[in-house]
Amino acid sequence: MAFKNYILVCAGTACESDGSLKINEEFKKQLKALNLEDDAQLVTTGCFGFCAQGPIVKILPDETFYVRVKPEDVKEIVEEHIVKGRPVERLLYDKEQKNQKASVEEIDFYQKQFRIVLRNCGLINPASIDEYIAREGYAALEKVLFEMTQDDVISELEKSGLRGRGGAGFPTFKKWMFSKGVESDQKYIVCNADEGDPGAYMDRSTLEGDPHSVLEAMTIAGRTIGSDQGYIYIRAEYPLAIERLENAIAQATEYGLLGEKILGTDFSFDIELRLGAGAFVCGEETALLASIEGNRGMPTTRPPFPAVKGLWGKPTVINNVETWANVPVIILKGGEWFGNIGTETSKGTKVFALTGKIKNSGLIEVPMGTTLREIIYDIGGGIPNGKAFKAAQTGGPSGGVITEDYLDTPIDYDTLAALGSIMGSGGLIVMDEDDCIVDVAKFYLDFTVDESCGKCSPCRIGGRTLYNLVDNVTKGLAKEEDFKKMKEIAQAMQKASLCGLGQTAANPVVSTLKYFKDEYMAHLEGRCPAGKCKDLIRYSIIEDKCIGCTACARKCPVNAITGVVKGVHVIDQEKCIKCGQCVGACKFNAVLVN
Amino acid sequence: MAKLTLDDLRKLRDSQRQQMSKRAPEAGSAVVIIGMGTCGIAAGAKKAFDAFVDEIDVRGLQNVVMKQTGCMGLCHSEPTARVVVNGMPEIIYGNVTPEVARKIIREHIVKGELVNDHIFDKPAVDIIKE
Repeated sequence: MAFKNYILVCAGTACESDGSLKINEEFKKQLKALNLEDDAQLVTTGCFGFCAQGPIVKILPDETFYVRVKPEDVKEIVEEHIVKGRPVERLLYDKEQKNQKASVEEIDFYQKQFRIVLRNCGLINPASIDEYIAREGYAALEKVLFEMTQDDVISELEKSGLRGRGGAGFPTFKKWMFSKGVESDQKYIVCNADEGDPGAYMDRSTLEGDPHSVLEAMTIAGRTIGSDQGYIYIRAEYPLAIERLENAIAQATEYGLLGEKILGTDFSFDIELRLGAGAFVCGEETALLASIEGNRGMPTTRPPFPAVKGLWGKPTVINNVETWANVPVIILKGGEWFGNIGTETSKGTKVFALTGKIKNSGLIEVPMGTTLREIIYDIGGGIPNGKAFKAAQTGGPSGGVITEDYLDTPIDYDTLAALGSIMGSGGLIVMDEDDCIVDVAKFYLDFTVDESCGKCSPCRIGGRTLYNLVDNVTKGLAKEEDFKKMKEIAQAMQKASLCGLGQTAANPVVSTLKYFKDEYMAHLEGRCPAGKCKDLIRYSIIEDKCIGCTACARKCPVNAITGVVKGVHVIDQEKCIKCGQCVGACKFNAVLVN
Repeated sequence: MAKLTLDDLRKLRDSQRQQMSKRAPEAGSAVVIIGMGTCGIAAGAKKAFDAFVDEIDVRGLQNVVMKQTGCMGLCHSEPTARVVVNGMPEIIYGNVTPEVARKIIREHIVKGELVNDHIFDKPAVDIIKE
């Protein structure tokens, strides 16, 4: 080994703006002064995802984590820590609350994330059953087969408080209990992997990174309710997840962890894949089951619920990928352990796909009750390019927006519902001041209108009519009384639609209308404050600022900009398609949007 | 392999656990684990993988093992690679272009020096760790 210590200085944008460059320089100076350049390597790193506490310095190999470091602290860190091996207590994270604990390993939650579902993602080789087994894989199945009764399993699930992660949040133990309670010659287990929300990819990543966790959980459910057949309904657009699942099923079958007489017991269980053609409505459980049966994917009325009368009329437990991935951990660590994580009504963690106007986009898993502020600013690193936060959209096309005023609300199923949004499957899209809220509502509505199966009229006709009204707003053609009409249609859709798709399709409109009434009103006056709605904006060039560099004219795809070199340029409004390319091309802020 | 009994499964788990806990058992050996989720592949993980393999071949390194894993959630910095070298702290690198991949082999694995500007932190504490 070349060095005794490695000093990691965060050079993420947030830490850098807090002075991490100076800290880096100071370390260089101090290491040189004490002739330690061969003992410790100074390294700059990417963002640690803990920007609220920056600048951050981490010392390896002992994993000491220093927060809010100032240049004048550097000398002490070098003299005490690097030379004498004694951590500088006053700079450690959590020194007040957690009694001056020394290393990251001892500080459980220094990182805001807590990974149950994603416990193996990015750690094990997803193509290797052996690596899954090494990390307690199939130990939960072992426990269920040899140490627990069927009622024990359900009781652990009940204690855990696990609720469905597909969006609706129905208590998982109840589904299992209902199915177990029904006498039937055949029962089924189904995994809903038909993830289709724009911006959501939690389930795909879980299946790609840790396919066995879902297989193990489904087998446990099979044993618990008395089923010998499981299906995973996954969209054909997820080729890699399908490949890894097929491989995992083959490996588990070879090891005798699927198939006849599992681990020598008299319990048998098989899992097959069913590929969806990518219809959003098939994520709705009754439509999904219809699709597995080979019928057109359209929902049916509930009750009867699938738990009692599902696939081919038989009792069927259907859970979402993320719900399944929680199950083995609950069995191994106990429902009580799981129940200690999260809030009063929502236990455990939630995986979010963090996308949109956010620096550290990615897949995160946080305990229920984490605030949006922690997710966006501590984990996500905030909004890029110094723009202002406008809103966050949760729950995809079925959800709503959360505004700045509610950033500190602890997120769980119930708080989100109270705000007029939903937990949904976990898509979390961050918007900044450049996003037009009416345009966003229109985008989601366009999606659900397109994906409506057309079986019931509130969704089929209501969705289209509502879309036309919102479209009129973006074109400046709406009148104030239209808002009333929009609310009425939304209400009818919520009350009368057959399935969740129609019942929630109006949510983005209702929610944005509630929190951004001003922005809707501005559109009535023919103004789009964010400069997004093409019919309401006009691009022009400010004469005083244009130096005639021709950059905009060269970029314009329809040759709408004319002018000679070093002369003021002009945009032909007839030709302009309002693509906004000229704004990006101009280095002198000479293009005006109004 | 024949179908496992309970006893077989437990033995397999123990032996695999030992193997995983010392992924880089001998001095001078290393393991490079690349994130091969859809996000990683889309960002160029396969090219980075090829660059790692090529640089290992060119230098005739005998004790470097290449492995794949899923997405670890650092989608903003894909492709990602975890590098475990005997006697050095485990490091996660992000934005691993083919050039960075070659640099990791040259500097981290051969010389024992970490590569600047590409290190990221583990996203969360491991709940399985004993």
